[in-house]
Amino acid sequence: MKFIALAAAAVFVAGTASAQQLAPSATLDAIKARGHIECGVHLGLPGFSFANDKGEWTGLDVDYCKSLAAAVLGDATKVKFTPTSVQQRWAVLQSGQVDLLSRNTTITFSRNATLGVNFQGINFYEGQTFVVRTKAKVAGVKDLADATICVAAGSTEEKMAADWFRERNLKVTIINFQKNDDAISAYDQGRCDAYTAGVGALAGQRIKFKDPAEHQILTEIISNDPQGPVTRWGDERWQLVVRWVLNAQIAAEALGVTSKNVDEMKAKSTNAEVRRLLGVDGKFGAMMGLSDDWAFNLIKQVGNYGESYERTVGMGSPLKLQRGANALWTKGGLLFTPPFQ
Amino acid sequence: MNAFLLKFRDRKVRDIFWQGLASLALVAVVVFFVKNASDNMMKAGIASGFNFLWRDSGIEVPFNLTGYKPSDTIWALLWTGIVNTILVSVASVFLATVVGFTVGLMRLSHNWLLSTLAAVYIEFVRNIPLLFFVLFWYFGVLAALPTPKESFDFLGIIFLNRRGLSIPTPNEFLGFRLALAAILVLIVAQFVLARWARARQARTGQDFPVWIAGVVLCGALPLLALVAAGATTSWDQPILRGFNYRGGFVLVPEFVALFMALSTYTAGFIAEVVRGGIQSVRQGQIDAARALGLTPGRIARLVVIPQAMPVIIPPITSQYLNLIKNSSFGAAIAYPEIVAVFMGSALVATGQAIEIIAITLGIYLTIGLAVSVFMNWYNARHKLVTR
Repeated sequence: MKFIALAAAAVFVAGTASAQQLAPSATLDAIKARGHIECGVHLGLPGFSFANDKGEWTGLDVDYCKSLAAAVLGDATKVKFTPTSVQQRWAVLQSGQVDLLSRNTTITFSRNATLGVNFQGINFYEGQTFVVRTKAKVAGVKDLADATICVAAGSTEEKMAADWFRERNLKVTIINFQKNDDAISAYDQGRCDAYTAGVGALAGQRIKFKDPAEHQILTEIISNDPQGPVTRWGDERWQLVVRWVLNAQIAAEALGVTSKNVDEMKAKSTNAEVRRLLGVDGKFGAMMGLSDDWAFNLIKQVGNYGESYERTVGMGSPLKLQRGANALWTKGGLLFTPPFQ
Repeated sequence: MNAFLLKFRDRKVRDIFWQGLASLALVAVVVFFVKNASDNMMKAGIASGFNFLWRDSGIEVPFNLTGYKPSDTIWALLWTGIVNTILVSVASVFLATVVGFTVGLMRLSHNWLLSTLAAVYIEFVRNIPLLFFVLFWYFGVLAALPTPKESFDFLGIIFLNRRGLSIPTPNEFLGFRLALAAILVLIVAQFVLARWARARQARTGQDFPVWIAGVVLCGALPLLALVAAGATTSWDQPILRGFNYRGGFVLVPEFVALFMALSTYTAGFIAEVVRGGIQSVRQGQIDAARALGLTPGRIARLVVIPQAMPVIIPPITSQYLNLIKNSSFGAAIAYPEIVAVFMGSALVATGQAIEIIAITLGIYLTIGLAVSVFMNWYNARHKLVTR
């Protein structure tokens, strides 16, 4: 009798142990139940998150969310985009209205420490600069002494610009608008001498000016603003998925896997890391609670990081941004991914 | 026990008991929600509490009367926002009242052109969303003004351009303090004179030109005092440096746009309130006044307006309260009032949404209640004494 009870207990323990291999993830369960990912994006930033004339969201940050949907649900189209302003973004994320933010948000210490959010990696190295009228003859940022500068309130750019000029004892007037677009149109109306934002953001926002040719983006950069997907605290398994989908995008580029050759690579590649990434070996998807072809799906449907970059902000787009710091570490950039081992 | 039950039959005791119970329940509910929210925020890793008010703000405010600097605390930033809200509200209430009364009286005029113009104005203003009105004024003001290099220049000391109206400010205030003291004395003198004139009129029936004396005492002499003070003071003169005029005080276009939008908008509503109030005075009153031989001006001042005021004041109070709340539209055009600097910049910088929204709510409530109390006091004071 005692023996049977012990055996039953052992079976029970073994059973529950195998069932509990995965930590519970309320976010992943909710996504699977509702059938789509809720992704918080920018109100409208060409190249990063922008609804085109057909109402389809496009851009680098949008592509990241599509990759996430391909990895989690097997279908890159299963994303609902929520446009958020500079002010709204944290509340929208904290309240659980979106599963993550992917919207040109700079990683900073105080945001990480006090807002209850985690930054899951870097998908764009942005640097802050200024756009001025060409006829104002401004060569560098220092020439903006005594100028009036339009900026979006509550952005890192607002504080950075104030700090930069104060540090150098230069006086500027900073006018804080609630939305980027309000600041841009006020600058365009001549309320300000300059508008400040990141280089990538400006390359896209420039097309919103009445006459883009009259304006010039300064080449001097006053800050380093790494940006990437953001999640709430808690739900470690969801954070794991968000982090490694970004890593998979970058690893695919580093390993030479593209949306065109991914089928062939899956069938024929002998590279151990490619085989693990594409789910041939190792069962990495199951470790996160996803299917093993999670990375295969995202590469097949959205492409690797480089493909996404060229299509949205790079040479294949109107923004024509060089890779610069956003190239792979092997090519002189800063993008880096831990190994898929 | 029986004694208690007996006491409970007393209606007063019963009322106190139930009211006490209801208050306790209310407090318990509030405490529960506050505690719940702070527990949840702690679990989610979101900072809470009011310590953030003493952190450095680092936020630039281009238009402030408080001497605020970005190195000051968030508390100082909040105070700057409050001052800016009150400033634009008070200025707009004043202009809205003047324009509103004028348009309201015009609407009642027998002159077809005047009354039609007033009617068109009222209908136009009342049927347009305020946000549109604010943006219209803002971009209208900006488009109408020249760039700093081509500024309108008044006597070489005042400059008007897209960045605002640059006016010189005094470097020291001694002369102006003396002038202010002189003006206060003159105002007191005017009051004394008015009392004396009224007493004399009651005694002898003789009229005294109080108004003309008032113009001299409270208008001409103070002006002279200010000019004298200005001439003896050194000034901080705006000069064109690089992109902008620096030095002096800059009245920003955001203030002008918001001030004009709020006052012209609210004036439309006030005009209708005034018209209603005046029409509530029965025609017989006016006929009687006319029969006594009063001049039209005196009929308005002594008969119509005192009877119309009790009808006008309660709805006008609501319009004032609306105007104060509507000043939050300044956030749309970067006028640094509470919503823009505190609920905008400071909220994003600290992320403490619940605390900041609660504080802002409290501030609007305080300002609104203060206005209501004042208007109720004013109404009670001017209540018509009927016999």
